[in-house]
Amino acid sequence: MRLAYYPGCSLDATAIEYGMSTQKMAKLLDIDLWEIPDWSCCGASSAHQTDHLLAISLPARNLAIAEREGLDVLAPCAACYNRMRATEYEVRASAKTRSQVEEALGMPYQAAHSTISVLELLDARYGLDNLAARVTNPLKGMTPACYYGCLLVRPVAVTGFDDPENPQSMDRIMKTLGASPVDWAFKTECCGAGLGVTQTDICLEMTYQILRNAKEAGADSIVTACPVCHLNLDMRQKAIEKKYQTQFNLPVYYVTELVAIACGAEPPAVGANRHFVEAVSIFQQLPAKAKAMEEAAAQAAKAGKGAAKAKAAKPAGESEEPAADEDAGLALARKLYDDESKAAQLAEILKQEPARAEKLAEMLEQDKSKALKVADALLAKKAKEKSAGEEGNKA
Amino acid sequence: MGELVLSAHPESRELVKAIEAASRTKTSLCYQCGKCSAGCPVVFAMDYTPRQIIRLLQLGLIETALQAKSIWICATCDTCSTRCPRGVDIASIMDALRREALKQGKVVKEVAAFNQAFLNSVKRYGRNHEASLVLEYNARIMKPFKNAEQGPMMMSKGKLKIFPEFIKGRGEVNRIFEKVKAMGGDHE
Ligand code: SF4
Ligand code: SF4
Repeated sequence: MRLAYYPGCSLDATAIEYGMSTQKMAKLLDIDLWEIPDWSCCGASSAHQTDHLLAISLPARNLAIAEREGLDVLAPCAACYNRMRATEYEVRASAKTRSQVEEALGMPYQAAHSTISVLELLDARYGLDNLAARVTNPLKGMTPACYYGCLLVRPVAVTGFDDPENPQSMDRIMKTLGASPVDWAFKTECCGAGLGVTQTDICLEMTYQILRNAKEAGADSIVTACPVCHLNLDMRQKAIEKKYQTQFNLPVYYVTELVAIACGAEPPAVGANRHFVEAVSIFQQLPAKAKAMEEAAAQAAKAGKGAAKAKAAKPAGESEEPAADEDAGLALARKLYDDESKAAQLAEILKQEPARAEKLAEMLEQDKSKALKVADALLAKKAKEKSAGEEGNKA
Repeated sequence: MGELVLSAHPESRELVKAIEAASRTKTSLCYQCGKCSAGCPVVFAMDYTPRQIIRLLQLGLIETALQAKSIWICATCDTCSTRCPRGVDIASIMDALRREALKQGKVVKEVAAFNQAFLNSVKRYGRNHEASLVLEYNARIMKPFKNAEQGPMMMSKGKLKIFPEFIKGRGEVNRIFEKVKAMGGDHE
């Protein structure tokens, strides 16, 4: 598989481990990446917020070069990916936009190819079965929270390969690697990274909520495919812990780091030692965690089975216990009456009135004749009630 | 808010139409259900909620919308547009409002400074260079040490380049900037 590769400014600097791990992953999976020669910045949100034509012309320069080579483009950075998809979308939608972009570029460009993200590459193009075949160090025991953020899944018309509210592709990839991604609520919630430099407090609050929800869901780490999210969740985590007086200790990975590690790369080789929140020791702890998880699961299964057994046994148990009572009642009644039918009648009454049965048993120990009188009275009363009932029915 | 406005200026109406055209959506579709505001992750910091911004436009009160802090607090996450049951593209409206505010010089200083510093870095080198960006941004907002604690943090992880990388094609990139400007663009 051959793809044009657009690293973008982040993968060369603040997200250097994303760049390293993407290259490593490609090598391990035999994906041929052709780095767009002399690529330039996509303009990011700054161009987007400033001028519309500039915002689509800056990405288009890179896309036009890839188009000349006849290749689809892999853009690991979610922000670049989003800008490039938007450019393709707009150029395809309007001939006027297309000619404006071509004029600004001084190059032909018709958006004949598509930009894809790492998630789409693995989930849809490379395929999970092929990926599974390459996994040598499964991440058993790891419970990551898959964080997609906004740029990979929205706007739907532009990105459109996964669900905007509950995307699954990254979860599927993590499962393929052997991890157990958690269910959580902030998968596609915005981390506010765009506000990080200019309005830091708002951004800290948003990122805090994401970290908190992941922790509460039982995550031991967060996985992202966006350098801006990563910077927020990783670099700012300490500041957030301090501001909100809490502890998260959640390492934050790029999806490519985990793919490469699961396929045999050493964590430092993909830059996992360059994180702000320590992110290497977890891999040594995984076997123990996996074992603990397995044991817990086995225990739960056993308890589940036990519970199931108890449940299955319960109806029998229920009839057993009253049966024991009944037996006790009948035994008691038999001690008083030799006549089996009388004894049975008494047992029937005692079954419905256990308190009386207890008293009668006590009485029997002390004074059999008194107990017999009480028993007679009970039988007589019952017989009277019965005939009264029958009369009532007749009437 | 406070004052009662019964009908907007015709010019304001025209401007609303231009905003709608730029964002390819119609504010008249909105039935004010508030779903956009409910899902907005930054609504806690806004002066007008996304729903209220749309309402302002419906009423032709675009001046108020252009001065709202909300348009600069919006994180462009697109949650509102994804969820709107009427298909109103609120996020694009926010975008269009920002660009219009920029045009009229009604801008949150920090945001415009950041964007301009970023674009200048791209214009100069062909790529963004974080260190130059932060320096220029700080100079523009006149807070020389803002975000300074992050520089050494990044540097210690080999994540900050001290010297920018120049690309060969920066002439081409510069040309795109010039060309777009000549074609009526809004950047400096
Ligand atoms: S979600 Fe749509 S219809 Fe509802 S208030 Fe917002 S813009 Fe209006
Ligand atoms: S795009 Fe802006 S207004 Fe819409 S939900 Fe996101 S932050 Fe709120």
